[in-house]
Amino acid sequence: MANVSRSPWLLHYDGSSCNGCDIEVLACLTPVYDAERFGVVNTGNPMHADILLITGGINSQNASVVEQIYNQMPNPKVVCAVGTCACTGGVFKECYNIKGGADTVIPVDIYVPGCAARPQSIIDGIVQAVALFQKKHEEMKSEKK
Amino acid sequence: MASKKSVVPFGPQHPVLPEPIHLDLVLDDEKVVEAIPSIGFVHRGLESLVKKKDFKEMQYVVERTCGICSFMHGMTYCETIEHIMDVEVPVRGRYLRTIWCEMSRLHSHMLWLGLLADAFGFESLFYQCWRMREQILDMFEASTGGRVIFSVNAPGGVLKDMPSDMLHAFVEKLDGFETELHKIADIFLNDYTVLTRLKGVGILTPEEAHDLGAAGPMLRASGIARDTRKLGYAAYGDLDFDIITSDDCDSFARCDVRIREMYQSIQLIKQAVDKIPEGDIAVPVKGNPEGEYFMRVEQPRGEAIYYAKGNGTKFLERIRIRTPTFANIPALLKTLKGCQLSDVPLLILTIDPCISCTER
Ligand code: SF4
Repeated sequence: MANVSRSPWLLHYDGSSCNGCDIEVLACLTPVYDAERFGVVNTGNPMHADILLITGGINSQNASVVEQIYNQMPNPKVVCAVGTCACTGGVFKECYNIKGGADTVIPVDIYVPGCAARPQSIIDGIVQAVALFQKKHEEMKSEKK
Repeated sequence: MASKKSVVPFGPQHPVLPEPIHLDLVLDDEKVVEAIPSIGFVHRGLESLVKKKDFKEMQYVVERTCGICSFMHGMTYCETIEHIMDVEVPVRGRYLRTIWCEMSRLHSHMLWLGLLADAFGFESLFYQCWRMREQILDMFEASTGGRVIFSVNAPGGVLKDMPSDMLHAFVEKLDGFETELHKIADIFLNDYTVLTRLKGVGILTPEEAHDLGAAGPMLRASGIARDTRKLGYAAYGDLDFDIITSDDCDSFARCDVRIREMYQSIQLIKQAVDKIPEGDIAVPVKGNPEGEYFMRVEQPRGEAIYYAKGNGTKFLERIRIRTPTFANIPALLKTLKGCQLSDVPLLILTIDPCISCTER
């Protein structure tokens, strides 16, 4: 993992997940799995967040909410889709109210598969997101120079 | 001077909510005068999938109604189909279902206790509860291979057996769990600060609970003894247990009822392990369902109702799921009326909301 010059803050939003992936994301933040040891901190405020963990597919009601949250996050930002639902729509793909995965409305950088995604793979996703965040951060700095 | 009312939007994205629900809170200073909910952020329309997935595949969809009581959703669906098709599940299969059900209740209530602690700002307690909950998840993983979604149900029985040494190891682990639970429960039930947040907050009288159709611990904490497990589905008919109620009608009572239900779940698992017979765990199911059936079960959050109608083809004609959180929303709106703004997150949590099953 690249050296992190600052701790990326993490935001979790539940699209239209069945809760399975949600509670696994939460479980990752609690002591047994403790994703915070990789330098991330959980936040509830999109405007403070650098990494968005999104679970569940996109439906007609939450599309605008997801877009809004994404736009509220400062640059650079990394989006990590957790669970098959967020990747492609998953089991609910054929439901009338599901448009598809999170990438139907916002750009997604990292896809974590699994139904439900296991904490180990979620942590793997977070670690990759941190590295990518670092990279984007440096690119932005060199662009400014 | 009459104070001016203001409207504060709450959600769908909010730090205290793991799941999206939106409330418009009409405030008079700090007091909530009215709460207007809007839901639908998690609506997928999974009931409509019956037209595309056959009745056996549908089990896997139904299980994903909710990731917390996923086992119970799968089981209820299967029992509904079994009733329509007149399939008799072997006794061992029914006992295994009961054991997994009670384990689900344990982990769900533990999860809820943690979130409640988080809602009143006691973060280390939240972490302790979730740490304990992992013990139950380990048992799920050992017995089914999954942590939250198991897929061990199928019409006709269950797909995996638990050997008796595993069952006894579980009972031993549960003893340790119970000792830890005593310590944690002591904080929830006796700590001065916790009590000031819970006692007398969010009163729901027995009449209101009944008239608004509340379900589960919400209803029982208002003194109404109603527990669908008494209908005797799975192996509950063979087990001995009382309905847990409280007459306090407030948030504390809801916490108390859930904690006592956890002790009860441990007892029920132990009884089931003592009584479980040897034998098959499933029977083959032939043909297609024709007819209809209503099934009621007691989930951690309250009574869930399943309706299924088959027409003799492998695709069901209709299924309908009514989940406990849906029934509890009117009661929630009642308790929110007149509360303080700072109590809103706490009160939302006391119904143990599960939005994904409410909206399916
Ligand atoms: S991927 Fe599976 S467990 Fe995760 S939200 Fe979707 S259905 Fe639920």
